[in-house]
Amino acid sequence: MSGGPEASDELGMRLKTYEGRAAAVAGQGKDPVNLPMIRHWCEAMGDTNPAYEGPDAMAPPTMLQAWTMGGLSGHSGRSAAFDELLGLLDEAGCTSVVATDCEQEYVRALRPGDEVTFDTVIESVSERKTTKLGTGYFVTTRTDVRAGPDRALAGTHRFRILKYAPAARSRPQEQPRRPRPVVNRDNAGFWEGVEQHRLLIQRCTSCTTLRFPWLPGCNACGALDWDTLEASGEGTVYSYVVMHHPPFPAFDPPYAVALVELAEGVRMISNVIGTPYDKVHIGLPVHLEFQRYDDELVLPVFRAREEVA
Amino acid sequence: MSRQVRAGEQLPPLEIPITRTLIVAGAIASRDYQDVHHDAELARQKGSPDIFMNILTTNGLVGRYITDHFGPTAVLRKVAIRLGAPNYPGDTMVLTGTVEEVTEETDAVTATATATVKVVGANGIGRHVTGTVTVTVSVPSGGAR
Repeated sequence: MSGGPEASDELGMRLKTYEGRAAAVAGQGKDPVNLPMIRHWCEAMGDTNPAYEGPDAMAPPTMLQAWTMGGLSGHSGRSAAFDELLGLLDEAGCTSVVATDCEQEYVRALRPGDEVTFDTVIESVSERKTTKLGTGYFVTTRTDVRAGPDRALAGTHRFRILKYAPAARSRPQEQPRRPRPVVNRDNAGFWEGVEQHRLLIQRCTSCTTLRFPWLPGCNACGALDWDTLEASGEGTVYSYVVMHHPPFPAFDPPYAVALVELAEGVRMISNVIGTPYDKVHIGLPVHLEFQRYDDELVLPVFRAREEVA
Repeated sequence: MSRQVRAGEQLPPLEIPITRTLIVAGAIASRDYQDVHHDAELARQKGSPDIFMNILTTNGLVGRYITDHFGPTAVLRKVAIRLGAPNYPGDTMVLTGTVEEVTEETDAVTATATATVKVVGANGIGRHVTGTVTVTVSVPSGGAR
């Protein structure tokens, strides 16, 4: 997680230096206070207050911030310092934002025709905080909203956002399952054996050559007919590799993948269980076990004959 | 058109169905185009189960709750809110309020009361908003003595 918000609070100290700096200087409202926007607001809020209608209308005081919003075309007057502050948070992975507090004081009613200007200062940046949403920093700004030719203070607006790195969603993780075997007409007999905890080796009925894995015909004589021989379960590690990377779902690297030579002479690929991956070695005597991985999957695996320290 | 205001007075609750339309209309009326307030797919990508109401709409609804109750002489002086449990579509928010404190000013002609009202907006998953509103209303001259 280095570089993330958990790394250290050097970032927090750096963010603190932005306290007191301007976030917006002489920002201009995109539109003067106007009746259509007031009406849209009142419709959305279900607000039928007559004070917000007619020739003497005032704007709903709670619209204070709306007059300063950048909308789709962006903010005017935003300072480089504020962009830097937000950029530092973005870089640290705190890419999400949620508003948590809004404190407004209304000094003078805004009325249609009022041109709005505003100045915003970065009032405070919190220490790193861990919340239900994720870990991040609270950034509090205070905006003075002014209006009219005399630039009289209409209200102040303190706004707190949490800029955070979203916590991993706590959705119940489904246990990843091992890949399913591909069962077809040529190997169905093998998997039927496994179900009954029998490891079956194919044997050519023509030349008696054993073969594994299961195939439609004999590699030695080409005959198609076969029967089976149940493996005794004894074997030795003929060769092996240790898987480190890449990790596959349901596998926990590092682990040894062994080529086991069965006592009957054929070789099969499987896992050696119960032995640390770095203790598996060529010649290691092993015997067969059937391991259940989930309600559908049983696999033949091998365990060392003797405890390997 | 004036009425008395007393500390301890409970405001009747206001139920607000949180519809997708309210969330989107409120966001656009407040010129807030953050995708989490109108685009459910992008909201989910950001870890939210759905779109949710923006703070400006909550602010507007709290203001409306107070002025609806205190009537046409009510003038909002201060609205301070803190958000908790998000307002998701399909939920209902119930706003309740309690007058905490009242101060009165009277001159020869008019009397005004300035009330501090604690507001809570609860939805199905918790407290969406807690806040304090300061509002000035005309009261009957000398009425609250």
